[in-house]
Amino acid sequence: MTLDSKIPAGPIEQKWDNHRFAMKLVNPANKRKYHIIVVGTGLAGASAAASLAELGYRVTALSYHESPRRAHSISAQGGINAPKNYPNDGDSVYRLFYDTVKGGDYRAREANVYRLSQVSNAIIDQCVAQGVPFAREYGGLLDNRSFGGAQVSRTFYARGQTGQQLLLGAYSALMRQVGLGTVKFYERREMLDLVVADGKARGVIARNMVDGRLESYDGDAVILATGGYSNVFFLSTNAKMCNATATWRAHKRGALFGNPCFTQIHPTCIPVASEHQSKLTLMSESLRNDGRIWVPKAKADKRAPNQIPEEERDYYLERLYPSFGNLVPRDVASRRAKEMCDKGHGVGTTGLAVYLDFSDTIKRNGKAWVAEKYGNLFDMYKQITGEDGYESPMRIYPAVHYTMGGLWVDYNLMGTIPGLFVLGEANFSDHGANRLGASALMQGLADGYFIIPYTIGDYLASNKFPKLDAGAPAFKDAETSVADLTKKLIAVRGKTPVDVLHKELGKIMWEYCGMGRNSAGLKKALALIPALRERFWKDVTITGSADAFNQELEKAHRLADFLELAELIVRDALLRDESCGGHFREEHQTEEGEAKRNDTKFSFVAAWEFAGTNRPPKLHKEPLKFDYVKPSQRSYK
Amino acid sequence: MSGTMTITLNVWRQRDRNSEGRFALYTLPNVSPDMSFLEMLDLLNLDLVRKGEEAIAFDHDCREGICGTCSLYINGRAHGPLKGVTACQLHMRTFHDGDSITIEPWRAKPFPVIRDLVVDRSAFDRIMAAGGFVSVRTGGAPDANTIPIPKPVAEEAMDAAACIGCGACVAACKNGSAMLFVAAKVSQLALLPQGHAERARRVESMVAQMDAEGFGACSNTYACEAECPKQISVTHIARLNSEYLRANLT
Repeated sequence: MTLDSKIPAGPIEQKWDNHRFAMKLVNPANKRKYHIIVVGTGLAGASAAASLAELGYRVTALSYHESPRRAHSISAQGGINAPKNYPNDGDSVYRLFYDTVKGGDYRAREANVYRLSQVSNAIIDQCVAQGVPFAREYGGLLDNRSFGGAQVSRTFYARGQTGQQLLLGAYSALMRQVGLGTVKFYERREMLDLVVADGKARGVIARNMVDGRLESYDGDAVILATGGYSNVFFLSTNAKMCNATATWRAHKRGALFGNPCFTQIHPTCIPVASEHQSKLTLMSESLRNDGRIWVPKAKADKRAPNQIPEEERDYYLERLYPSFGNLVPRDVASRRAKEMCDKGHGVGTTGLAVYLDFSDTIKRNGKAWVAEKYGNLFDMYKQITGEDGYESPMRIYPAVHYTMGGLWVDYNLMGTIPGLFVLGEANFSDHGANRLGASALMQGLADGYFIIPYTIGDYLASNKFPKLDAGAPAFKDAETSVADLTKKLIAVRGKTPVDVLHKELGKIMWEYCGMGRNSAGLKKALALIPALRERFWKDVTITGSADAFNQELEKAHRLADFLELAELIVRDALLRDESCGGHFREEHQTEEGEAKRNDTKFSFVAAWEFAGTNRPPKLHKEPLKFDYVKPSQRSYK
Repeated sequence: MSGTMTITLNVWRQRDRNSEGRFALYTLPNVSPDMSFLEMLDLLNLDLVRKGEEAIAFDHDCREGICGTCSLYINGRAHGPLKGVTACQLHMRTFHDGDSITIEPWRAKPFPVIRDLVVDRSAFDRIMAAGGFVSVRTGGAPDANTIPIPKPVAEEAMDAAACIGCGACVAACKNGSAMLFVAAKVSQLALLPQGHAERARRVESMVAQMDAEGFGACSNTYACEAECPKQISVTHIARLNSEYLRANLT
């Protein structure tokens, strides 16, 4: 297999325009002859389904949620980037492109990132026209704020609920099409297999989660917009249902998986409270603008924070990074917090937390000032921990938050199976080894509103689609294999509930493939994961039946895939014998402890081909070329 | 962390839409005050699965109070005893050792039970499909700053847009009315200039669909506002009514 990224020729500013002209079009009257299956209806999926239906295609959209409005895009707090340059502070398409390539630590494709930056302004226009209530200034114009990794203010926001408002915008566009009859939406359907016929993606098998029936959906192309895989760590800031099953099963049908080890750890999350913790909650990193991070200088200091005098505190980020201080990028802040706790300076009952202290700001500007800016976050903290962040410092700890890796796609967002398109967090493309804040919402909507409507037309117009319906052998075979897998899962009848095994997997991943990774630990994980997988298949217990609403069975399907994906993540982390962005190999750091890239050896996308469970996957490399943003060592001193 | 608690749970169990349901009684020891309410249910489910019994089905996803998926009626109140808090953000420290807690699904005719505590809220989607949008095609939008919107107007629209569509308003209302849900969307889009072109058609279609789904009428008890986890104000219902009147007069 040769990986062709299909990056158009020409100067970077003209690639997308040239490509749009070169692509074939489907005549308006012919569009209704094509049927597109969209799996996942978060930001990327809902915006794609709505936009394609508006163009005249017939669309079927599936979601494992009861409604498209429940997708995890809804939890994004901070904002969405666009280089409108409304604040007149020197922003441009080129600057957003530059910041994103640099922020990704030079492991993203330049051409994709440039296009993302180019279309991002139109996203803001589109959302405002839909009635998204972005924050405004008194003059009535849109407000912007600044975010990590940028020196300009280009982030549009709707209070602390930007993801919610953008998703509701895309949802309303989708529901409009549902009302018009151009999109058929099926709720509570979980995709359990991809159907490939004559080498092309032609449909999916989904389980009706209400009655357990397996259903076949056939079409001319399949779009996966099924999100990321942070829940492989069990504890993450992702919603509980987020999973990798759709992408992993497509991978097993032949779609290559790109850079699986690129995972992002967010520094300002509420720490784990007990063994019963089911998920973690993120607090916007904007808190680091006014809060000071510290730990006690003495190890295992059990005094209450207010009892620890100033000279016995270590404001370690301010000490180590005098110019960026508490505002260093996410990966740096996360690693330093872990390091302090590993050395024994951690606070709270578990010792796995650092203080985020607003007392100086409250003294300087008053409590009301802090409450106006961050009130909702202080409330959330109090709701979860029962503690008042105004009275004593909050405790924070890093948590897995986003996965930059995903199914490999070319410039057209098509995977290695023709007719399989992958959008949003589910693909690997635009964020390299580290995603900047306020870029996930941008990418999801760029893919759905402004890229797929063009590129899918070119694919449809360039190919022939022999008639195939849900009774065809490819569908029957896939349905049988899903039914068999389900039977196999239920038949294990062991003793351990799914969540218990999932937590064990999470611990392995966090310990050996989390914030800091090294060869010895990764090799250990490569032994532990297959052993756990074996235990899963011998000892998992699933109550209830396959032909009914059964959340234990849903979780078992997802964990079966996480147990395979986890191994690939570790293999990829082991292969990538360098540090870059969120991937920190302890063997490769500068004297100051910063990530040290190896551009000579690792300036490539690692795209993995499935070779069978319990067999090593095959590696393919897509070399990365940087013609515009020259790779340099990141420095935040 | 203080000591653990033992809680008695009285939970609605129902096999599917067509089966008859009943309450089942469980005693759950080792409940930590730091657990969220849903983590307490996770613990109970682990116990049940270990004993070979079927887990209690309940809807949940983000567990941060924003997705609107969780829908538990706890001790006779939608989302439980705290004001402005979804069930997933409720923590066990709100309860005491030895407490007895009754958990039911949303109770409203247009939200049929799917299983145990899970209900079908697709009626809300159908109301949205009837008119809860601005008809703009992708790509045709003018520059975002073309129409200035006064900050107070944008803020009020945002107050309405904060609705998470959980359905607590319907569950709390003795009439099973969906007025607060519908009002939140109508009000958001009536406040913003982008929504003006379709305001009459929108309110009429959404209200017609709401009625067709079998939601009850509003009799101004304000239970919806009291139980709304996002504290959406009933003043939006007033705006819905005036929009409806306006649409019928023109």
